[in-house]
Amino acid sequence: MSNAKPLHEGLFSWPADTPSLIGTRCLDCGEHAFPSQSACRACSGQNMAPADLGSEGTLWTWTIQSFMPKTPYRTDETPETFTPYGVGYIELACGLKVESRLRENTPEQLTIGMPMKMEMITVRKDEEGTDLLTFQFCAAEEQH
Amino acid sequence: MDVAIVGLGMHPFGRTPTMSGLEQGAAAARAALADAGTDFKRMEFAFGGSQDSGNADSLVNLLGLTGLQFTNVANGCATGGSSLNAAYSAIKSGQYDVGLVVGFDKHDRGAFNPQPADWGLDDWYGETGLMLTTQYFGMKIQRYMHDHGISRETLLRVAEKAFRNGSLTPTAWRQTALSWEEIDNAPMVSEPLNKYMFCSPAEGGCALIVCRADIAHEFHPRPVYLKTAVVRSRNYGSFEVFSPAQPPEVADSPTVTASQAAFELAGVGPEDIDVAQLQDTEVGAEIMHMAENGFCDHGDQEQWLADGMTEIGGRLPVNTDGGCLANGEPVGASGLRQVQEICVQLRGDGGARQVPNEPKVGYTHVYGAPGISGVNILAR
Repeated sequence: MSNAKPLHEGLFSWPADTPSLIGTRCLDCGEHAFPSQSACRACSGQNMAPADLGSEGTLWTWTIQSFMPKTPYRTDETPETFTPYGVGYIELACGLKVESRLRENTPEQLTIGMPMKMEMITVRKDEEGTDLLTFQFCAAEEQH
Repeated sequence: MDVAIVGLGMHPFGRTPTMSGLEQGAAAARAALADAGTDFKRMEFAFGGSQDSGNADSLVNLLGLTGLQFTNVANGCATGGSSLNAAYSAIKSGQYDVGLVVGFDKHDRGAFNPQPADWGLDDWYGETGLMLTTQYFGMKIQRYMHDHGISRETLLRVAEKAFRNGSLTPTAWRQTALSWEEIDNAPMVSEPLNKYMFCSPAEGGCALIVCRADIAHEFHPRPVYLKTAVVRSRNYGSFEVFSPAQPPEVADSPTVTASQAAFELAGVGPEDIDVAQLQDTEVGAEIMHMAENGFCDHGDQEQWLADGMTEIGGRLPVNTDGGCLANGEPVGASGLRQVQEICVQLRGDGGARQVPNEPKVGYTHVYGAPGISGVNILAR
């Protein structure tokens, strides 16, 4: 993925062999946040430090996006080439639940509590042909 | 000073291609004034709101430039609830004797089109396909069904009831009852919710005339008294729409906090309520809101729906006019429609959908983005 870069800086470590979600941790009350916050929503404090939130978790809830969204959705897809995608919240080791696209896109593939891992996907290409990346989660174990 | 509702007016929800949202608001206001046997010149104040149809105070160009205090209210899905809350305070404080509360809207077809920047979010959130309210609703009820043993049949029962009640309501947008099979086989929108399980953005206007209780009979022989009007926003940890992350602990929703405050202020409990309007943006919302408003325990909805306890003849009739599912949701007007339907029921004017045994105490609950809830308790 040499010709690739994050769609939005600061959401995950990049470049990295195993990209990790990046958030913040409140030095006053210990609560984590994602994306990074300059102030704490739990205690209103402003002593926030960067935090590596990891790349693994379990599925807390899910749904499936079955039709192509209108704007602000922005990909290179057309309604004809659109592929449904899952959406879920992944409960991370720190307890924070992060919303994410899911590779799995049928009800049969998704169960609350299943182990999940993060991967990179291309959202679209920019004007120079560079792949713009974001994170998504997928099943951590091979499905039968 | 107690507060009474003495005028009800509506421009029917749905689609009116020949009228702007503002004109639908004016039609609703005129109907409410006529119902109260009064005119716009008598109004000392107005609170009004619209999300997509312009400034509510532009209504004076259609109703008359009388110099009254007119305040625009913009509070998301709780705009109507917040307008009524403000009117309640204006009369309760003794500042004014009588005024108008009005809401209207005219939304485009299809889902709302939110922009990340308006919500304090960066563009990536919308561009990668996470900014759809339908996803949030699907995910919230998915988790709730998992935690509390709610079945898909219960989702179907709520939709079936909504369209059946809509078929009994002359002002409803959807007036055709749908069969179990039609609902069951509808196209999926956002698992586990399909097309007939969601309400649609719509058009319409709704207005109320509100006054001091001691002059209520000057306007209407059957006033409905607004016992309390409460609005609350989300606490840290509440599971809300457009949240890139949720804290570890799930906190009570603003519905729970608004409901508890309303019952305390009104001095009544859930067991005293004879008829209720609970926000049903989708069927899961109605189910969850039954418990969040204190009417049953989490999970009991499965039995309640199976036993028909929220039907018009049941123990607690819910959304007797078909709710948002059958009326659609013009955001600025939707919360006021709920109040209006409860007033119709307490007056005994519900016709084919009238709750039997002369209901005395009613309840309305609006909930929506960005995590805001309004509760009213009404009595005759």
